Amino acid sequence: MELLTPGTGLLFWQVIIFLSTFFILSKYAWKPIMNSLKEREKFIEDSLESAKKAEEELINIQSKNEELVMDARKEREKILSDAKKLTNSMKDEAKENAKEMADKIISDAKKVIDSEKDKAMLDVKNTLAELSIDIAEKIIKRELSNDTSQRKYVDDLIKEINKSK
Amino acid sequence: MLSIKYLRSSFLLLLIFVSSTFLSFSADKENGDKFDMGEMIMHHILDDYQYEIVHGLSIPLPIIIYSENDGMMIFSSSRLFDENHVPLEEGYNGFKYDHGKLKPLESGMSYFDLSITKNVIFLILTSSLMIIVFLSVARGYANKKTIPKGIQALFEPIIVLIRDDIVKKNIGSQYEKYLPYMLTLFFFILFGNILGLLPAAANLTGNIAITLTLAVFTFLLTNFSGNRHYWKHIFWTPGIPFVMRFLILPIEIIGLLTKPISLSIRLFAAITAGHIVILSFIGFTFIFQSYFVGVVSAIFVVGLNLIELLVAGIQAYVFTLFSSIYIGMATEDAH
Repeated sequence: MELLTPGTGLLFWQVIIFLSTFFILSKYAWKPIMNSLKEREKFIEDSLESAKKAEEELINIQSKNEELVMDARKEREKILSDAKKLTNSMKDEAKENAKEMADKIISDAKKVIDSEKDKAMLDVKNTLAELSIDIAEKIIKRELSNDTSQRKYVDDLIKEINKSK
Repeated sequence: MLSIKYLRSSFLLLLIFVSSTFLSFSADKENGDKFDMGEMIMHHILDDYQYEIVHGLSIPLPIIIYSENDGMMIFSSSRLFDENHVPLEEGYNGFKYDHGKLKPLESGMSYFDLSITKNVIFLILTSSLMIIVFLSVARGYANKKTIPKGIQALFEPIIVLIRDDIVKKNIGSQYEKYLPYMLTLFFFILFGNILGLLPAAANLTGNIAITLTLAVFTFLLTNFSGNRHYWKHIFWTPGIPFVMRFLILPIEIIGLLTKPISLSIRLFAAITAGHIVILSFIGFTFIFQSYFVGVVSAIFVVGLNLIELLVAGIQAYVFTLFSSIYIGMATEDAH
């Protein structure tokens, strides 16, 4: 029974000593310890958070880079295909131009030839007409003599014309 | 390798403790004719007005008595004994020493006994040790953001364990308000338990006055922080028929009071029982007066001391855990 009867003195001292220990430790030990623990935990949490953020950013940058590379590649392809198209069209145009030019030259040449031919024909005709007139003049002059000599003369004249021609 | 070395040295230390305990008893034996185990055990687990380190070597402690007639009286407990350390029959200042108790010579006298007893000495020792230890732990945190070292590294996991696994888990969002009390409570019990295991130490945490005070602190803290739902649950239990509420009320009030009682008895019983078992094994040696029994009980006592170390931690944990649970129940919102 003695074990279970609390001593008054011990009760008194326990209350005083426990409470003073509690107040001293609360102020000078638990408070700074808890604050530092919290601060440290926050620091660790923040560090982890920022590390995570940095990683995300890195991934972001990487994907952006990839996008950029992809875009550049697409651009290059586009430029290349455009250039090809352009050269093709330029080639075609040049061909067409050349063809047109050639056709034009040919048709011009034909025209010139035709006109030259016509001129030549006209000359021939003129010459022929002059000759005919000459012949006719000479025949008319010879008629005054005899018929045979006349004939001979015509023949000679024709021979002469043939020779001169 | 390191742990084996530590284990060996701690085992050695335990052996020294145990053998020194034997030493203090062997002196006991020589004096009396008959060895009374019950008395020996009671003598060791109860409070005393002098601090007896080994038989014959005791430190007198101050006796402080307040009575209405004589006012405050302060005198050394050595005044109650003669030069052969036998209690004086005529006493001193109207009080005499009788088997570890202070008795007034005239019966019916009303007085307050506020003496600095053996347990008060250990109370002061425990509290000073706590203050020294935790102020130096706190100093470790002055240098912020460094890795905990030494004593700080030893106590930080325990502090974090109490905060996260006991207080935060059971009290919830308002846990910070109760944390200083819970930490003080836990370490007070832990230090008291461990100090009590030392040879020639007082059975501080196995004293009902100490455990009762702690339980009453928890009780007061619980009921002062109890919210509307808590009190409504006690006085007007919801969800039961009207008449039942009057039947439930006494049960609820008994439940209110059993909490601190169970808290105080649990700690007191666990620690005192441990001491009794250890002392009994040591006592066997003197009953049987045999070297063989001495060796065997020494081995047992070493094992028991290790178990008691475990119990010291468990009891501190349990007391803090239940205190947190009670406060958590009193402060939680309606469910």
